[in-house]
Amino acid sequence: MNVSQLVEPDRVHRRVYTDQQIFDREVAQIFESVWVYCGHESQVPRPGDYHAVTIGRQPLFMVRGKDHQIRVLYNRCPHRGVQLCGNQKGNAGNALVCSYHAWSFHLDGRLRSIPLQDGYNGTPVNAENPDCSIKPAARVDAYRGFVFACLSRVGPSLLEFLGEAKIAFDDMCDRSPVGEVEVVPVCHRVIQHSNWKFFMENQLDALHPSVTHQSTGVAAGRVESKIKEQTGRAPLYYHYLSAFASKFEQWDAVQTINFPRGHGILKAYMGLRPQDPDTRAHEALLVEAYGADKAEEYLSRSIHHVLIYPYLSVQPPLQQLRCLRPLAPDRTLSEIWHFRLKGAPEAIYRRSLWYYNLVNSPATMVNADDLENWTKGQWGLASDGGDWVSFHRNHGGDTEEAGVIYSNKGTSEAVMRNQFRAWSQYMAADSASR
Amino acid sequence: MASKTVNKHGRHAKSGASPRPSTTRRLPAAGKSRSARRAGAQPAGSPRDRLAQEIVIEGAGVDARTGVQAIAPDHVPRAAESPAAVVPPIAQPIAQPIAGRAPASDALREIEQFLYRQSELLDGKRWQDYLDLFTDDGVYWMPVTPEQTEWDSSPSIFAEDKYMMEVRMRRITHPTAWSQLPMWGTSHVIGNVVIESESHGEYGVRSRFHMMELRRDDVRHFGGTYRHVLVRDGGQLKIKLQRVDMFNAQAPYEYVLQVWV
Repeated sequence: MNVSQLVEPDRVHRRVYTDQQIFDREVAQIFESVWVYCGHESQVPRPGDYHAVTIGRQPLFMVRGKDHQIRVLYNRCPHRGVQLCGNQKGNAGNALVCSYHAWSFHLDGRLRSIPLQDGYNGTPVNAENPDCSIKPAARVDAYRGFVFACLSRVGPSLLEFLGEAKIAFDDMCDRSPVGEVEVVPVCHRVIQHSNWKFFMENQLDALHPSVTHQSTGVAAGRVESKIKEQTGRAPLYYHYLSAFASKFEQWDAVQTINFPRGHGILKAYMGLRPQDPDTRAHEALLVEAYGADKAEEYLSRSIHHVLIYPYLSVQPPLQQLRCLRPLAPDRTLSEIWHFRLKGAPEAIYRRSLWYYNLVNSPATMVNADDLENWTKGQWGLASDGGDWVSFHRNHGGDTEEAGVIYSNKGTSEAVMRNQFRAWSQYMAADSASR
Repeated sequence: MASKTVNKHGRHAKSGASPRPSTTRRLPAAGKSRSARRAGAQPAGSPRDRLAQEIVIEGAGVDARTGVQAIAPDHVPRAAESPAAVVPPIAQPIAQPIAGRAPASDALREIEQFLYRQSELLDGKRWQDYLDLFTDDGVYWMPVTPEQTEWDSSPSIFAEDKYMMEVRMRRITHPTAWSQLPMWGTSHVIGNVVIESESHGEYGVRSRFHMMELRRDDVRHFGGTYRHVLVRDGGQLKIKLQRVDMFNAQAPYEYVLQVWV
């Protein structure tokens, strides 16, 4: 199959969303080759704590060792292949013990003991043989507490992979006066009945909100007005919802910045810098910690979403993160986390919590209509009603400098064009050049 | 509230006006990958400077008239009012306990009838009637884990006061609530009703529910525990808190929940 024929600069063939062979190749050449987010280090605070993670089709787990290092290991006993972690998360104690024949392993993955060791006399099974220890991910690295693993020994470093999109984690952590966040140990999981690319395209698609989310935006706007009439001031979280119904022209006035490797930023945030006492208290803490200039730099960043292609959507001002795990061409698991800014006022956490509950929970009043679109989109693309998907909006109207594409219209489909540019490179590349 | 763009100093610009920052701030340089910045000095207003643009989308919810709104006014509710006969009002509680029967059993019976009515209102999509079951300060809460105790400071699946419930009701009855278009309905069954506490006319009630949902061609099942805090308001029972501990709260959701369970 020649995938290059499926992607043109301004349109793509529907098969990239529906074809099982293409999906299999994506898993191998993209998801199992790039740096994939495993979790935040605060998910495994104590030695022995583990958290299972799937990279592509590979089951692994993140575990903290007695040396306090975090490792990412394949969830597979080297003996007969049985998975070692029995739960999604937990604490393994001093050792990982296989439930089948009691091979046990140190928390760093090295073989610790085997019952009736004499039975292996004269065989290659011994603690010195690396094949008898748990296989680790090829590379593990972390940036500001966010842990990533890469199953390929070759390719860019984590920081090279993230490129400028690493601002996702800077913008989140810099809002803490100690420069750190900690995970809230609740993960919402929602399965999308659509190809993973629908989600990635949607995140920076500034035209869809006032169409798709009009009902929620209008409903919230009406109640917001009612509360303002009654009390003079409505809580900020009504604005999270009512902003979705902004005019087309307003969305067109924002901007996307599209980086190499498919990453991108949607600028403009939802008025998260009001002059209420909570915000002022938070700002004062940052000024105290970083000085006025740095604090102003951190607070004035205008970021709504940062997309780390092909699987991560980060909203730093609201400390939310959504991570995709593709399951099939038409099935995608999304894992939804949020974080606390260490040292920031509780009110700032609650502000972000409302967004987590209203927009990102399984009872979301926003994504309900997104998921509906993507399901219907998946069905449409599986049909013979047409072969091509159009990304023509503002084609030729963006500004490219040094490999970064700046949309001159917020609703430009530069986002999708840039993502498919990266997709084509990944899908065409041999493993050595990634 | 008029729709407008606002710069970070709170000055309003005309909607659609060219988004130019009043001050220029750049994202901090990112790691080693500085190629995008190496190009040297940029003229003001270049794409680079727009990294710092300060557009804030203000909530334009009510006044915004997008193209879509023009063709779909929001005053036509999607769900037609169900005929009242479908859910007849529950009988008034018996004023005097029947001789020989403990008053508590009458309270239990009244509460059971109240919960059945709640289910019928949800299944009948009589959203306003359902909201009317709540006190003005009533709360609907579906926490993530049974250990959670604070409705407004915990990660939750639903965490709604009556105002936010009104948002949800207005959303699902809006003509462009696209995800409400497919055939959709629920069937609730409630049982195991126990009065856990009673104090000054306030009841703590625990019950179990099972909800079957049909949407398009798919059936989903949800089950769990209700904990109601019920109070008397003018002789009628009202919900001060409906806490829903979903039995399968932490499993992945195939699609989402659009309406209260």
